[in-house]
Amino acid sequence: MKLGFNLVFGGFLTALVIFGGLFAGWLAPFDPVFDANLMNAEIPPGSEFWFGTDMQGRDIYTRILYGAQISLTVGIVSQLINTVIGVFLGMTAGYWGGWWDDFVNGLTNVMLAIPSLIFALAVMAVLGPGLMSLLIALGLTNWSWTCRIARSSTLSLKSQGYVQAAQTLGYSDLRIMFTQILPNMMGPILVMATLGMGGAVLSEAALSFLGLGIQPPFPSWGSMLTDARDTMRLAPWAAIFPGLAIFLAVLGFNLLGDGLRDSLDPHMRTRKL
Amino acid sequence: MLRFTIRRLLQMIPTIFVVALLIFIIFSVVPGSFAASLFSDGRADADPELIARLNREFGLDRPLWERILTYFGDLLRFDLGTSFRTRLPVTEMINQRIWASLELAVAAMVFAVVIGVPLGFMAALRPGSVLDTVTMIGAVSGLSLPQFWLGLLLMMLFALHLGWLPSFGYGNGAFRNLILPAIALGVTPLALLARTTRAGVLDVLNSDFIRTAHSKGMSETQVVRWHVARNALVLIVTTVGLQFGSLIGQAVVIEKLFAWPGIGSMLVDSVAIRDIPVVQGTILVIVLWFLVINTAVDLLYAAIDPRIKQG
Repeated sequence: MKLGFNLVFGGFLTALVIFGGLFAGWLAPFDPVFDANLMNAEIPPGSEFWFGTDMQGRDIYTRILYGAQISLTVGIVSQLINTVIGVFLGMTAGYWGGWWDDFVNGLTNVMLAIPSLIFALAVMAVLGPGLMSLLIALGLTNWSWTCRIARSSTLSLKSQGYVQAAQTLGYSDLRIMFTQILPNMMGPILVMATLGMGGAVLSEAALSFLGLGIQPPFPSWGSMLTDARDTMRLAPWAAIFPGLAIFLAVLGFNLLGDGLRDSLDPHMRTRKL
Repeated sequence: MLRFTIRRLLQMIPTIFVVALLIFIIFSVVPGSFAASLFSDGRADADPELIARLNREFGLDRPLWERILTYFGDLLRFDLGTSFRTRLPVTEMINQRIWASLELAVAAMVFAVVIGVPLGFMAALRPGSVLDTVTMIGAVSGLSLPQFWLGLLLMMLFALHLGWLPSFGYGNGAFRNLILPAIALGVTPLALLARTTRAGVLDVLNSDFIRTAHSKGMSETQVVRWHVARNALVLIVTTVGLQFGSLIGQAVVIEKLFAWPGIGSMLVDSVAIRDIPVVQGTILVIVLWFLVINTAVDLLYAAIDPRIKQG
């Protein structure tokens, strides 16, 4: 596996976000919710408050570290759900074919016709705001591409000698799918999941920014920007740092995904899209 | 070509039907009734009589299958129902709002094409140059940038500090008001277009007919104009079309940020107050927009490249 710039830099950014989120409790000098003190409101970045404070006097650096936990949870869990749904549907559709294949194809086409943020918005409208709704909404919206890739990989792997050997040995369909086919298509699936995490982090930020995601006072990078909008003139730093955190986290996932694709599939390198 | 066109148009119908059904069912399985959440003020439960009246007025007390039949009957007559809150027909509310959304989407797309395509083109003609490297770093950054954050930063710089442009609002359609939201919304398609154009042009440059053109003595300018530009155009047109379709989805956040009176901000407001007929209708119109543009791209593609029709 060749280590390209994308893989290294993307991996570094991703590791930074994971580190910040995992060790927020140790790294953060304050409490993200309860250390509100109006005496400290809107203090510019300095030695005590590295990224400044918001309108309620809470340390923005602390809130960004805790916000990483939300972004990571949403990114990882929603992509796990998407991958499980996409792989299961795509693999079974490609392996069994017939009416099930037609049904899965139809469902995928319908899902592709609904812009993902709009679908997530609809699910949030039904379930109401909150972390759980976010996980469900973003976990159900983005499996169509994974499903397509799983289906087409299965179709091409199905005719391989070792799959036919397993069939001759009388393995059950599910056993063949999970032991012979799935391990051989993990590469592209992993790439899709990594790229999807970037998308999920962006969507979570957007939904929380709209007030439909994580509810205050809990720190989400998106909802921090909602607060910052009202104090932009007095405290521009409150609008700069949370956005920078979203940008770097998404950039990390995207570069990591691109880098993984480049090193797993050298043919893709010349036709990057 | 006519048969292909008709076939593609007919294929849209079942998709729209299923999407409409899916949206209807999603909003029908909600725990608790909408009327209850609509009237509840957070302190006390809603007045049961008010709930009963709203349920009766909007037919929410009838069985699900009956409501589905009514819903589809109305859909066939292009009736999207009545808003819980304003009591106006949803089609009328959408009609009042959709033109502002279209205006914003077109402006964002023009911004993206005018800058993204030439950048990608020049980057591909000099691979490895400073311009190429900067363009590609810019493109991958643009794809990771939260549009609403860029919007906030633009607002802060050009409206609050410099005072050159209005920070939000429609301004009765003034061009000044359109600039900031269009840039914020256009940055993602811009990045994608720069990247796609570069990849497309590089692909064409490496193909056999370009070598033939060079070897028969065509000048560099002629080769680029006659062969490269024409062949890369197919890919660019497709990307523009598909991005235009998905812009409407991304516009939701930008419209809300800039208080732009489009269907995106209407959707967010209706979700917040649970005005379900408006939410359903708006989502359906957005899906329709997306599908119509995708189909148009397919048809255009088939008109340019005859091999596709057989597939």
